[in-house]
Formats: sequence, C-alpha cells, structure tokens
Amino acid sequence: MIAPDSEAPNVALERDPAGAAVVRIGGRWRLRRGMPATEPIERALEAAGARALRFDAAAVGPWDSSLVGFVVRLEEFCRARNIAVERGALPEGLARMVALAQAVPENRDARARSDAAPLLDRVGAATIAKFAAISNFTEFLGETAIALARMATGRARFRRSDLLEAIQACGANAFAIVTLISYLVGVILAFMGAIQLQQFGAAIYVADLVAIGMVREMGAMMTGIIMSGRTGAAFAAQLGTMKVTQELDALATMGVSPMEFLTAPRVVALVLMMPLLCLYADVVGILGGATVGVVMLRLSLQAYLRESIAAILPATLVGGLVKSAVYGALIALAGCYEGFKCGDSSSAVGDAATRAVVAAIVAIVVACGMFAVLFNILGI
Amino acid sequence: MANPLANPVKSSAGAAARPVHIKVRGLTMAFGSFVVMRDLNFTVRHGEIFIIMGGSGCGKSTLMRHLIGLIEPAAGEIYYDGANFTAAAPEERDTMLRRCGVLYQSGALWSSMTLAENVGLPLGEFTDLAPGEIREIASLKLALVGLKGFEDYYPNQVSGGMQKRAGLARAIALDPAALFLDEPSAGLDPVSSNLLDELILELRDSLGTTIVIVTHELASIFAIGDNSVFLDAEIHAMGAFGNPKELRDHSDNPRVRRFLTRGAINLETAPQDG
Ligand SMILES: Nc1ncnc2c1ncn2[C@@H]1O[C@H](COP(=O)(O)OP(=O)(O)OP(=O)(O)O)[C@@H](O)[C@H]1O
Ligand SMILES: [Mg+2]
Repeated sequence: MIAPDSEAPNVALERDPAGAAVVRIGGRWRLRRGMPATEPIERALEAAGARALRFDAAAVGPWDSSLVGFVVRLEEFCRARNIAVERGALPEGLARMVALAQAVPENRDARARSDAAPLLDRVGAATIAKFAAISNFTEFLGETAIALARMATGRARFRRSDLLEAIQACGANAFAIVTLISYLVGVILAFMGAIQLQQFGAAIYVADLVAIGMVREMGAMMTGIIMSGRTGAAFAAQLGTMKVTQELDALATMGVSPMEFLTAPRVVALVLMMPLLCLYADVVGILGGATVGVVMLRLSLQAYLRESIAAILPATLVGGLVKSAVYGALIALAGCYEGFKCGDSSSAVGDAATRAVVAAIVAIVVACGMFAVLFNILGI
Repeated sequence: MANPLANPVKSSAGAAARPVHIKVRGLTMAFGSFVVMRDLNFTVRHGEIFIIMGGSGCGKSTLMRHLIGLIEPAAGEIYYDGANFTAAAPEERDTMLRRCGVLYQSGALWSSMTLAENVGLPLGEFTDLAPGEIREIASLKLALVGLKGFEDYYPNQVSGGMQKRAGLARAIALDPAALFLDEPSAGLDPVSSNLLDELILELRDSLGTTIVIVTHELASIFAIGDNSVFLDAEIHAMGAFGNPKELRDHSDNPRVRRFLTRGAINLETAPQDG
C-alpha cells in the first residue's frame, strides 16, 4: 500500500483480475525533483504483450507538470504500439491537462526546417555567400558614397545633433585612452632605440626614431586600433540593436535612408576626428619618448625636442594625418556595414561588434602596407 | 510546499475561504516626483484569477513590475503568503520569485535561443531534470500553448502572437504558484485568445495556480476574472476592487462602469458617487 503523501513519486505496473495492465501512480510529483523514468514500465508492457492500459492514481499526492509529462510520454509509447489507454481513473485536472497537451496537432512543416545538406552543397552555398558578401559590401560602399555626396550638397536627411554626438563620442571621449596608449608606445619606442643607439654613443637619435616612428606609423596605427575597439564596435552594436528591434525598418518605411541618417554622420565624424586624435597621439608619444630620453639617457629636454622637431618633415606629418583619416573611414565603414547586416538576435549583435573590430583592424593593417609602398614610390 | 493548495481548486466558488497569497498594503508607485498610483490596497487569494485593469498608461505594467520586485515601491509593502517581500533580503526574494512565472508585455524571449531552449532554461537551472527530460517538459509546455512542433524555431522565426504564447510557456515552465501575465492576449486572434482563456482556467483548476493578469479585453475579464482592481488614472489611485461583473453592475465609481461597458455609460447622466 502506498502512503498517499510519501515523498518520492512512485509508479508500478500491475495486472488487474481481468488481465489488463494497470499503472499505479502514487507519491508527490514535483518538477524540481525530476521525473521518474518510463522505460521500466515500457519494457514491462512489451514483455507482457499488453493490449490495454489503465491508470490508477488513487494514491497520488500533490502533482504538477512532471506527472503530466510522465503520462504524455507513456501514452505516446502506447499509441506507437497500438495499446489502448484508458485515462478515466486519472484525476480530473490531470486528464484535462494531458488532453490539452495533445489537443493541437503538431505542425508538421514546422519541423521540416532542419537543413542537413550534403557537404558539397554546403561548400557551394558558402562560396556563393562569400561572393554575395563582396557584392553586398560594394553596394554598401556605393550607397555610402551617394549618402556622403548628398550630405556634402546639403540634401541628406540626418540630425545635426546625431553628428555632434558622434563627434563627441569618437573625439573628445577618446582622449584618455589615446593619451595612455600613445604615451606608452612612445616610451616603448624610445627604450627599443636606446638599447641599440647607446652602444654607439648616439643616444640623441632616440629622439629622431621616436618622432619619425610616431608621426609616420604608430600615431595613426595606434589611434586606429583604439578607435576600432572603441567606436567601430559601438557603431556595429548600435546599428545591430536597431536592426533587431526593427528600428531600421521603421526608418526605411518612413522614407528616411538609414545610409544618410546613420552611416554618413558616423563616417564624417570619424574621418574628421581621427586626424586630430592622431596629431594628439603624435605629440603625446614624443613626450613619452622624451621622458625616457631625459630620465634614462640624461639628455636635456630642449635638445631632445629640438632634435624631434628637426626630424619631422612636413610631408611625413601630412602623410600620417592622411593615413589616419583613411583609417577612420575604414573603421566607420566596417562598424556600420557589420551593424546593418547583423542577424536578428541579441547574440548576433555581439557577433557583429566582434566582426566589426576584426575587419577594421585587418583593413587598417592592409591599408598601412599599401601606404608604405605608395609613400615609397612618392618618395615621402 | 511550493504551493500549499496543490491541485484542490475547482472553481471560483468560496473565494473568501482561500488563504491570501499576495497582499498589497499602502503601495505608492512613483518615478522620481511623478506619482503613478497612490496608496493601493488589495489582496489576491490562492487559486484566484486576478485582473489588473485600467486605461492605457495608468500604471498596470508598473504595478506588475512592483509585484515581482523589479521596481522598489515609493511607499508601502507587498506580502507573499504573509511574508514581507518588500523588506526581504535579496536571497529570500529570489526564493520567493522562483515560485512566480512572468509573461512580459513584449514577450522578452531570449532571441539567441530556440523556443525549447527558452522554456528549458529555468528547468535546467532550478530542477534536477536530465537534458532529455528538460526538452520533453519544454515540448509539453509548448504543446499546452499550441506550439507543438516549433521547438527548434528561434523567436524571430515565429509570429508576434506565437512569441507571446512561447513567453507564456516559459512563464509556466516551473509550474509557478503565482503567474503574472502582462496583456497575454494582445496580438492574438479571437480564437487563440479564447483558447488562452481556457488554458488559464485550466492551469488554475488543475494546478491551483494564482494568476494575475493585466488586460483590457473585456470579454476575457468577464469570462475568467474572479477578482480585479481598477487603476484610476484620473485620481492616481485605486478606482475599485472586486469581482468585475459586480463592478460593472454596481460600482459606485462611474469611470469603472464606463470602462467595463466600453464607455456606453455617459459620465454626465450617470449617477455620481458621493
Ligand atoms: N521607467 C519609467 N520612468 C518614468 N516613467 C515611467 C517609466 N515606466 C513607466 N512610466 C510612466 O508610468 C506610467 C504608467 O506606465 P505603465 O507602463 O505602467 O502603463 P500601463 O498601464 O501598463 O499602460 P499600457 O496599457 O499602455 O501598457 C506612464 O505614465 C509612464 O509614462
Ligand atoms: Mg503595460
């Protein structure tokens, strides 16, 4: 005899005098504590070759979905084996819940969506997708160019406050991190040079090394990398979230081009701010080098700075600033492009931000290489 | 334990005899200096279907967010089974909340998980079920809301009404003692919304769940509501508390009758209170 309130849920298979199988259910059924297995009962039913099944739930205590799940599972097994099931003796509420769970027929074409395509199909599809991505990106570039042109002629629809906000976000708000990183880069460059140049008693040339290194390459490169992580990711996340919440659709259906409204101000903001940040990074980097020169190499500050200024040719300086503007455009384009093609879920927003950063950094390094070749040809 | 009245509730008869589940005392809800509602007092009994009603923007969702502890009251307390929820320590609150299921107005499904994973997440966190059983219970819950076969769909691949129903399946995943539904029938067609009413009744009748519903659907208010509170946006206070049908016929607040009769009562000619 099962106590009506015994703690664990329990099930037993018996035979009634008429020979039908009886599943006796008792105990407390609590989802939190798990669900008894149906396999022993199923095996016993198979072994007995039962044709009919009856539930006896006289001894059942409080129950919840775990019992509903148990009964549904057993009934499904019986249906597959053509065993007749009699629900009559189940508690009234339980019988209704079981019926409700089975009331709506399964939507058959709902499941038919799994795509286990053969390997060759998938390779082909991936290749086509890559080519489509190239044409998508080209299209995006073209649309951005048109939006920028409209903006330049004052015909673009965008909010001036958005532009100013973007300028603040990728300009002034980035000062602290740019200061820290470029100062340290200046220090590192100076250390690297000092170890070698000290051997030849040419310590003063550390100033030339740091100045040329910062102005030509590192200033633009480091601000570019900082801004891809800071601003490129933020652009992708903002636009991606707008995509998920259908805000982009809302803009488009109101006849406002997302390109003009969202992309153009962001590109302009970064292209304007990057050279300023880069110039600032150059100065801070040179000061970082000067710290090493004065403290470690015992050079005078004036001598160091005079040497630095003499080392920087105007063409080098302009070249560095042009590079940084190009990097800014690359970062903004990568961020906006990834944001626009973001998927429809919250994790897709994270992916978009990650891809935007990676794409921006790769693009910056590739562009840097191309500039090196170009400047070499131009003799800058 | 989780539910002192496991499975005994049969109908709304004898409501007064059932123990109080949620008690709201002197609750004032405010955002900064903007007072949404002042001095709310009402009780919800075990196994009751309780309706929160009122015009758009009167503070229904805000009240629900107070009941589940997402917003701190400006004044007053909320009690669950006699225990003070407002003053409870965070861990105690979590334990109390684990017995609550919530359907948010916007569905709030986790967009990067399939429907089955959405429903299965609370099961995985708070039960000893094996992964296969979690999936099975998740399918069962989805079947209850009419979404059998959609287990592997992502929220953005199903319609808005289906998202709402999946949200309901997630809310009932752990067989909560109290279920909070914010406009469950918004976005559903009349037939589905009728089925939803039946499901709500069924949950109450078979599992004894207390169900608090925010809704404007008059048909469903009268069909399933045992008790209700009307939030009066004009006076920023409770307009009425009682059975919706009785309020419609006998409330002394004309705005309540007007709401419950779709404005068929003219405020000017209706008998004024007090
Ligand atoms: N986070 C918030 N900050 C400030 N005010 C808020 C906030 N959330 C809601 N409100 C205000 O509180 C009031 C009630 O809002 P609530 O969302 O509760 O309305 P509701 O009754 O649920 O309306 P609906 O039926 O349209 O959903 C509104 O006036 C709203 O402007
Ligand atoms: Mg609301």
